[in-house]
Amino acid sequence: MAEEVQNFKVTIDGITIEVAPGTTILNAARQIGGEIVPPAMCYYSKLEGTGGKCRTCLVKVSKGSEKDPRPMPKLVASCRTTVMDGMEVLNITSPEVVDARKAVVEMLLINHPLDCPVCDQAGECKLQDLSYEHGAEKTRYEFERRTFERIDIGDKIQLHMNRCILCYRCVYVANQLTNKREHGILFRGDHAEISTYIHEALDHDFIGNVIDVCPVGALTDKTFRFKNRVWFTKPVNAHRDCPKCTGKVTLWYKGPDVIRVTGRKDEHNEVEDFICDTCRFETKRTDDWKLEEPTKISDQSVIASNHYLQFDPPHVIQDNPVLQEANVEQLARSEKLK
Amino acid sequence: MQSLSNRKKVLEQKPMSFWERIYLPAIAKGLSITIKHFFKKIPTVKYPEEIRPYSKNFRGQHSLKRDEQGRERCTACGLCALSCPAEAITMTAAERKKGEENLYREEKYAVVYEINMLRCIFCGLCEEACPKEAIYLDGKHVTADYLRKDFIYGKDKLLEPKFDITKLSQNQQA
Repeated sequence: MAEEVQNFKVTIDGITIEVAPGTTILNAARQIGGEIVPPAMCYYSKLEGTGGKCRTCLVKVSKGSEKDPRPMPKLVASCRTTVMDGMEVLNITSPEVVDARKAVVEMLLINHPLDCPVCDQAGECKLQDLSYEHGAEKTRYEFERRTFERIDIGDKIQLHMNRCILCYRCVYVANQLTNKREHGILFRGDHAEISTYIHEALDHDFIGNVIDVCPVGALTDKTFRFKNRVWFTKPVNAHRDCPKCTGKVTLWYKGPDVIRVTGRKDEHNEVEDFICDTCRFETKRTDDWKLEEPTKISDQSVIASNHYLQFDPPHVIQDNPVLQEANVEQLARSEKLK
Repeated sequence: MQSLSNRKKVLEQKPMSFWERIYLPAIAKGLSITIKHFFKKIPTVKYPEEIRPYSKNFRGQHSLKRDEQGRERCTACGLCALSCPAEAITMTAAERKKGEENLYREEKYAVVYEINMLRCIFCGLCEEACPKEAIYLDGKHVTADYLRKDFIYGKDKLLEPKFDITKLSQNQQA
């Protein structure tokens, strides 16, 4: 009989949870959920070895563990730090963390072109959300931003190196999902850039996933380029029998047309299953898919604007049987939407 | 019956007196009111010759602006259409090709930009949403027309004509 593993008790922003040993603080916070989850730009739970690069998930450990209650001297990256028994972590309740996060966002935005009106990722961009929540209104950077030419990686993917924040997620995707990696990070420090070696085209069945994992608009779908803004499209979950992948995707509709196919993303913006390039790029007709239901989107997201999935009758109607009777027809129609 | 409000008044009809019966004082009184109006200021504005002053924040027909070099500012980001409460704006984006740098400011531009003037409520939210200062409701009133389809204004009607910034004087701009 296997020895029962003693769970660790960890307190994040005053909320206590028991997690298995070896869990990172970030994952413990994700198990609690809600506002206290630190944002993560580079960590991706489905890819091994990610994390520790962007520093947006910094938290303060105010009590190391039950045995050694000293606080950790510096802020730690929660995606790389594992929990200890009795650990106490401060995320949004610590002004130091909020301040540090603001500085990190400013740092990430140093070379970012802020071309959101042009960028196809706008509306589902994590950097956009992050800078909206934590960023400063103005940059203090006085030098020229570094600029690059657009690079086509294969005929379906486009790399805008200007927007890249060097999270390395795409490199891990190519390493772990495909058997040959053709791209990586060239140069160091401020000169570092994602590139293929002598612009060699990446060609593999799963390489399209670099688009989904990219937290910013650096790697974008060329077949969707400038087609439409994401908030005018309507996401629908669908699946199909695919010999290569699970075939579970989100279709993005504009009117009757599927204009984009992506993996299904959860609340942490991570795909549930990596999908193959046939599903992503080649099957863009409704008859290729079996539709399931409209994708659930947070009310906070701009994509949810003008999408009426649920009908909330006003309180006046909810409390008043006379009004309910008068609106029977409308209420019955809205039941179908639920 | 006793009145409930205590405001009841009983009017008695008296027979008219001599002066009332000849009506002349009443006619003189009426005429004096009429003549008084000849000397009052006329509130009517004689429209085509005289135009009532517009308020500074008057919102009229939209115009799509150009930058100092005459390039279209609009980058088809869709924020105006998103903010529009009447859902009056639609657009189609296209990528700027090489050699068109003098026509469009950004690498993406609106190849079709349409505002349905029958839907538009002139609230000015598109103007506020625009990150590129490309749309302003600085025109005159939208004119009447016969067909509904003619109220869908495309870029031909909305886009500001090209101008030479060096020849604009201060007065024209104001």
